Amino acid sequence: MKQLTMTFFVLMGLVPATESFADPSTEQLVHGKAIYEHWCAPCHAASQHAPGTVALTFKYKREVPPVLVMRQDLDPDMIKYFARNGVSIMPSFRKTEISDPDLDALAEFIATNAKRSAP
Amino acid sequence: MTIMPPGFTEGAFRAVLAEISAIVGQEWIFTAEEDLYTYRDSYSPLWDTPDERLASAGVAPASVEELQAVVKVAAKHRLPIYPISTGKNLGYGGAAPNYSGSVVIDLKRMNRILEIDETRCFALVEPGVSYFDLYNEIQKRGSNLWIDCPEPGWGSVLGNALERGIGYTHTNYRDHWGAHCGLEVVLANGEVMRTGMGAMPGAQTWQDNPYGFGPLVDGLFSQGNFGIVTKMGIRLMAAPEGLRAGNIQVSRYRDIIPLVAKLNHLESQTMIDGLPQITSPVFGGIVEPPNPEITKLLATAGGASDEALEAFANGKPYWNLRVLMYGPETVTAAKWEYVQTQFRQVLPEATFSESTTYKLPLSAEAQEALSIIDLAMERKVTFGLPNLGIFLMGARSPVFPTPSDGHIWFSPIIPRSGEAIIKAQNVFAKALLEKGVFTGGNAAMPASIIPRCFLMIFPVFLSHDDLEQNKHALATIDYLIEIAAQNGWGEYRAAPALQDKIMGTYDFGEHALRRFIERLKDAVDPDGILAAGRCGIWPKNLREGRR
Repeated sequence: MKQLTMTFFVLMGLVPATESFADPSTEQLVHGKAIYEHWCAPCHAASQHAPGTVALTFKYKREVPPVLVMRQDLDPDMIKYFARNGVSIMPSFRKTEISDPDLDALAEFIATNAKRSAP
Repeated sequence: MTIMPPGFTEGAFRAVLAEISAIVGQEWIFTAEEDLYTYRDSYSPLWDTPDERLASAGVAPASVEELQAVVKVAAKHRLPIYPISTGKNLGYGGAAPNYSGSVVIDLKRMNRILEIDETRCFALVEPGVSYFDLYNEIQKRGSNLWIDCPEPGWGSVLGNALERGIGYTHTNYRDHWGAHCGLEVVLANGEVMRTGMGAMPGAQTWQDNPYGFGPLVDGLFSQGNFGIVTKMGIRLMAAPEGLRAGNIQVSRYRDIIPLVAKLNHLESQTMIDGLPQITSPVFGGIVEPPNPEITKLLATAGGASDEALEAFANGKPYWNLRVLMYGPETVTAAKWEYVQTQFRQVLPEATFSESTTYKLPLSAEAQEALSIIDLAMERKVTFGLPNLGIFLMGARSPVFPTPSDGHIWFSPIIPRSGEAIIKAQNVFAKALLEKGVFTGGNAAMPASIIPRCFLMIFPVFLSHDDLEQNKHALATIDYLIEIAAQNGWGEYRAAPALQDKIMGTYDFGEHALRRFIERLKDAVDPDGILAAGRCGIWPKNLREGRR
């Protein structure tokens, strides 16, 4: 367990402990936030328990924020692509899980939030 | 359309889909290539090979009535169909069928929580309800009930129980099939049947007494292809006041024998009622960097000598048993005292440390502070908190610099004894050394999740780019299945690509069990439309040439 303990000791310094949400200003964004919290946050929130955040921490080494809603380089089409195609251990998501309208709202929420987080 | 159901022309298939469209609506029929991609098993070891199991379409009914109508159309045209609940049985299969060309019946839209009974401690759910959904609804209602969830919280409560999945809380709830009570099933002719007490109209105890009257048939729908389950009762645990964790450490390899024997007795009396975790400070954890010396030592022909094993320990304790006890503080304190006395009787040199006492419910901070993937420690699942933390295994990290594209599990069940652990570590170390596969751990370690047995579970990692790696992974597991069967150890659950092989090892009486199930299958699903090939059960028209 020594190696593992060290791994997560390192992680504690790298993984942000909080994520900044822009207040959703439209019904579409409120809906997008709800979809994000249900389908994305368990893996992509600002938490050591979130495998997506951990993986992106090591992939980008601080070049971009590892927490999805803090990224500034994601456009809606890119978000939709990964949701429908998966990547690494993240599987693809079916329309019965995230419908096209849900995915539109989700992509808009993440992309909008990213823009607002920009310096 | 990229693939047709076997025996169907494109025109004939389109005509059947048009009939189904009138039932569910065109919006809920999926045939476009990009949609069919989402019905592939993302963790298929056959990914991108000619043998990959693929769906011809996805169809998503919203109700039992719609499902019945769809099944009747399928029966009329002898269309092979394959039901999924949430399609997240990853590592044991995704949304793809066993039989290529089947239409996947996607039940995710049937996602109602029909009942949560606070005083009788059960829920009644549809297939699309995930552990997250049930947990959130319980919280919303201010209910004082716990769920027992497997590692990934997005799985179906109903689907996981049918798969005989397992969880991490109290002994009475970890076996999810054992905790189910009452099914509603759509049969191959479109009829709806209820099992147990539910067979009586207006039944008052469908979710309380699992048996009803007469022969019990629920088992046919577990890892089976005899019907499509549309409702299921699941027992829930009244939230305990606290949890106490204590460690028992022993210094010799063979101490595992009395350690497990005593554990069994204490579990049988429910003095220890949480999940016991056996780890080895000498061998390391599941995501330890590879140390081939350990595997070599354990693989010694006939088993390594006590001297060699103990020299290797270099003063470290060989085994740590962490036991969990649920209940009020005074009760768990008394239990822990008794547990220590009992272990001292058989292992006078054992050392004890009481690590943690949790007051429940846990605060948000306490939840975040829990261990993430250290399987020896209390994690969110210990408290019935659904999450996805387990996917750290295989995701990119210093332990996995090249992330995987998923994994399949090899999950043989061995006896709950120290002797069996010693034997299994020897057998699997030798086999893995021969195959040159690193499974994320240096030694096969016993998981205690299934009550009264050990699961010597480990993953074999897969890639979407390196198909040779997948071929090797599959060949390795094929070999391990054979080796396990030679020792009398069988798998409890497996991905579709392995199911024929595994069912073939349950061959007492020249496959008497499989032949019996096949006779039942032929009687209730004569055209074999339902989930052909699931767990090695093929309908009569597809049986030949598969053995």
